[in-house]
Amino acid sequence: MAFQIELKGVTHAYRTASGPLPVLDDLSLQIEEHSFCAVVGPSGCGKSTLTRLVSGLMRPDQGEVWLSGQKVTGPRPTVGMAFQNPVLLEWRTILENVLLPLEIVKTPMSRAEGEARARHLLELVGLKGFEGKKPSELSGGMRQRASLCRSIIHKPDVLILDEPFGALDAFTREDLWCTMHDLRAEEPFTCLLITHDLRESVFLADQVVVLSGRPAHAQHILQVDLKGKRSLEDLYSKKAVDMLAVLRHQIQLAQGRVPQEGAA
Amino acid sequence: MNDKFLKIGVPILFIAAVIAIWEWLVWFYQLPNYRMASPSDLIPKFWQFRELFVVASWETLWRTVVGLALAVVFGTGLGMIMGFSRIAREGLYPLLVGFNAIPKATVVPIVALIFVGQHDFNTVLIAFMISFFPIAVSVSIGLSTLEPEYRDILRALGASKFTIFWKIALPKTLPEFFGALKVAVTLAFIGTNLMEIVSPHGRGLGALFDSGRISADYPLMFAVLFMLAALGILLFYVVVALERIFAGWAERAPN
Repeated sequence: MAFQIELKGVTHAYRTASGPLPVLDDLSLQIEEHSFCAVVGPSGCGKSTLTRLVSGLMRPDQGEVWLSGQKVTGPRPTVGMAFQNPVLLEWRTILENVLLPLEIVKTPMSRAEGEARARHLLELVGLKGFEGKKPSELSGGMRQRASLCRSIIHKPDVLILDEPFGALDAFTREDLWCTMHDLRAEEPFTCLLITHDLRESVFLADQVVVLSGRPAHAQHILQVDLKGKRSLEDLYSKKAVDMLAVLRHQIQLAQGRVPQEGAA
Repeated sequence: MNDKFLKIGVPILFIAAVIAIWEWLVWFYQLPNYRMASPSDLIPKFWQFRELFVVASWETLWRTVVGLALAVVFGTGLGMIMGFSRIAREGLYPLLVGFNAIPKATVVPIVALIFVGQHDFNTVLIAFMISFFPIAVSVSIGLSTLEPEYRDILRALGASKFTIFWKIALPKTLPEFFGALKVAVTLAFIGTNLMEIVSPHGRGLGALFDSGRISADYPLMFAVLFMLAALGILLFYVVVALERIFAGWAERAPN
């Protein structure tokens, strides 16, 4: 099976005043089409660098990034992105914000079709009636919902999410997790999610990759054994709790803290 | 209190109060009009020189506006260069600060010498020189502090630099731009009047002020200052109106 996203031995360093700072070291990853991959790891381990490499905003020093069977050499319109900061344009209405990528990317969609799709997506994420509002009139969670709509309006085959729920309160975050499942059920996409939240990774993803400390490689890959759409209650099942324990253990290893044997 | 009264009624009341206090102070201390003319001294002067006031105000106004327009074009261009290029920013800042630190009153005679007789051009030039600095600085800061995510959402889709500038950087910088423009408006008036007073060719409110000085007509001088203030307020509110149209989104609903 061809992979939608594939990283082959990616190594990257930032040039700083005090010499090169290696962030990724021989990182390899495979993400199947329409699957959801979450990447977790200690702070500053190069997770955001990873999103910039996959989106083509940066090129790796060594190794290759492949999307849909093509080597990535620069930005490409088949990618959608959302960040922790929803970065909505304050001078545009919510609807106009969602439509922004269609002004850049050539699609077979007409203006009217694009607008109908935007309205549909906004309704799906619970923003019906807010199309004409300005971002400053919306709460943080609502802005992030609009940002998610914008990231998929042009039907990207790869969606890259860099901690989009990181700045939200716990309840809003859980709401948005469910929204993500709704969106995926509506139209499948391949997703790479960067997160700090282990519960989020288990709830959303099909596979969770734990990165080691800097310079990062894939230290552990966990296949999430909860298929398809799940409910928040599933997070408290024995299966989920066991997976969370494995991830926690791996993060501690990545942080260089040796977990105590038999610790509760 | 309704909004209209707050925006129009309150400023008028405040201006009226200041004029009343001014009148009372001059009366109370029995100040002779060569020390301080009172508002009631100004009215006959406005009437006596009404044609001169109209002509001179127009001359001052159009030359200020042209100087300001040049400052907007040049300042925005310079700000863009400094905003996008780190080298240009580091290299140009000290030059720009140095240039701005030179008192423009000292530049007036030099300019008047270089372009002898070109009074309109000289006046516009000084108005321009004094007012482009805040515009250039604010545009460059607005562009250079654009959060990288704003650029990335479009860059990740393969948008060109120009598209990113046009769709994101430019509109996002507009509130800073208009803030600077409000400062530049009043500066431009100073520039125009410097030229009109120091190198008078019988044109503009500055020249009218100077003729008041020569003929020891102190109420006329105060009347000119009053007129300048009024023109400054007028142009300021034109900028406010433009800001409301182009950057109204930056204004939050009042609480």
